[in-house]
Amino acid sequence: MSTILEVEKPLLELEHKIRELREVDLTGQVDLSAEIRQLERKAKLLKASIYGNLSGWDRVQIARHAQRPTTIDYLENIFTDFTELHGDRLLGDDPAIVAGLARVENRACVVFGHQKGKETKENLARNFGMPNPEGFRKACRLMRMAERFGLPIVSFIDTPGAYPGIVAEERGQFEAIASSILLMTGIKVPIVTVVIGEGGSGGALGIAVGDRVLMLENSVYSVISPEGCATILWRDVTKAKQAANSLGLTSEKLKELGLVDHILPEPLGGAHRDTAETFQTVKKAITTNLNDLSRQSPTELIENRYQKYRVMGRFREASPNELES
Amino acid sequence: MARFLDKLRKQGPKVARPNKKVLSVAQTEANWTKCASCAAVLRKKTLEDALGVCPECAHHHKITAWQRLEMLSDPDTFEEWDRNLLSQDPLGFGQEYLEKLAKDRTKTKLTDAVLTGRCTLDGRPMAIGIMEFRFRGGSMGSVVGERINRLLERAIEKRLPAVVVTSSGGARMQEGMLSLMQMARTSAAVRRINEAGLPYITILTDPTTAGVAASFASLGDVVLAEPKAIIGFSGARVIEQTIRQKLPPGFQTSEFYLEKGFIDRVVPRPEMRQTLSTILSLLCGGHLKNAKDKG
Ligand SMILES: [Zn+2]
Repeated sequence: MSTILEVEKPLLELEHKIRELREVDLTGQVDLSAEIRQLERKAKLLKASIYGNLSGWDRVQIARHAQRPTTIDYLENIFTDFTELHGDRLLGDDPAIVAGLARVENRACVVFGHQKGKETKENLARNFGMPNPEGFRKACRLMRMAERFGLPIVSFIDTPGAYPGIVAEERGQFEAIASSILLMTGIKVPIVTVVIGEGGSGGALGIAVGDRVLMLENSVYSVISPEGCATILWRDVTKAKQAANSLGLTSEKLKELGLVDHILPEPLGGAHRDTAETFQTVKKAITTNLNDLSRQSPTELIENRYQKYRVMGRFREASPNELES
Repeated sequence: MARFLDKLRKQGPKVARPNKKVLSVAQTEANWTKCASCAAVLRKKTLEDALGVCPECAHHHKITAWQRLEMLSDPDTFEEWDRNLLSQDPLGFGQEYLEKLAKDRTKTKLTDAVLTGRCTLDGRPMAIGIMEFRFRGGSMGSVVGERINRLLERAIEKRLPAVVVTSSGGARMQEGMLSLMQMARTSAAVRRINEAGLPYITILTDPTTAGVAASFASLGDVVLAEPKAIIGFSGARVIEQTIRQKLPPGFQTSEFYLEKGFIDRVVPRPEMRQTLSTILSLLCGGHLKNAKDKG
């Protein structure tokens, strides 16, 4: 995958031109400082306009970026004592979901998240972050443990979706996702969910129910992949760009619809442009929200979580007269 | 059962009666149909009297939510809930989508992809939800989610067991993430009815896949399914494209999931009413024995 976005190209070209002019300027034969200053102003404006107006499709590209920090990057850079725990105690261990115990600031917690690879070999090993039922069941096992020990849960979301495979279906992918969602609606400890990359449909939601759902600015979260949507609605996968812009999958749109609680700002151009800054932002957001949630009793947590999801929907109530006609 | 079939015959499914005088070719054709599975030529009335089950090969044809309601309830006991909740176009997909909704409302005499309300079955009050595949493929948007939530919440409030018959291809794509979130809120309501100690029974019919399968459909205390219904999370085409091979015959059918341990029983349609009634009476045998229907 290219590390340069289509929309970034004019900016990169402009920056290249500025560098060339500077070199000429340095020879001292002509004074280009006025031109350079003008181009620099232009570049600054362009930068703000490019990154301030990223489309849904641009966001999909950033969210899928090969260098974008993954769950393990956050576990290693935000948490201490991360201790990975394996297996669903039923059948196997799913490498597409990493899970374990860790500490953020001083607080012990249960953590899990989808794990994508950064290159082909790792991606194959991680099944591109697409969980099998065992992944959801491993998360469920750890959530029950979190509840027993009163540990809060932090969940990282980054998956193209649940794995569409024969064995996955055979082992009850639908049941695994449903049971995990059901469990999360009632678990008696705080849950903070962070969408760090791609939130792919049911495979994401299976571990994404939370008291607080945070979303990195350039992450996407969608009911269906843009490619899948284009194929179904218009029978044309090349219309994925159009689908991405129609599906309302950006952090701003989801905040507006009341489906995510907070947007976490990213460095200009994406989380990968300055990972240290990204880790700092995410760490602060997790600790702030965990602190806040720790003040709620288990009963309050469950009730508030129910009410939070209860209102997610857009419909209208027609008058009886209207229905008659 | 016999009385029920008599009643079905008497009331008559909503199909034109054969003209007793002279039948034109068109009229004749209007009275006959072919089994979608074995191609047997059947009288429409025969097929409808048999609840859509082919007398030759037992293939279960899709029936409407209204037909299913007749099949699973006592006559004239149904009270519809939340008919006035209507889908919007929250992401601005446009006029074409709104027109499709309007067309499906006319076609199905429903206002969205699930019919909900209360009725009795063999005298026992229950809350019932029935999905309609002909309404936007039974897709789940905000209205489906809201109706399922209200159904389960009212069941808890009135101390009624709840039954949901599913038929859905998954999410209502035009509602984007609002649609996905219906999986979470319906599941949250299922947890509540579980905690209230009231039975929640699901009946999976063809097809029950994706978001509906992965939420309230598979979360029943008892999960029943009709024969050969397609059930699963990912669609067969997506799986075949991913793994680049053909799926084995019978993959993702109710019989397949019965064998894999994900559903309790495969129940042929003519036996569904009796099976459901028995299960409800057994599950309600304890704490609901003296409970009056408060509604
Ligand atoms: Zn037949």
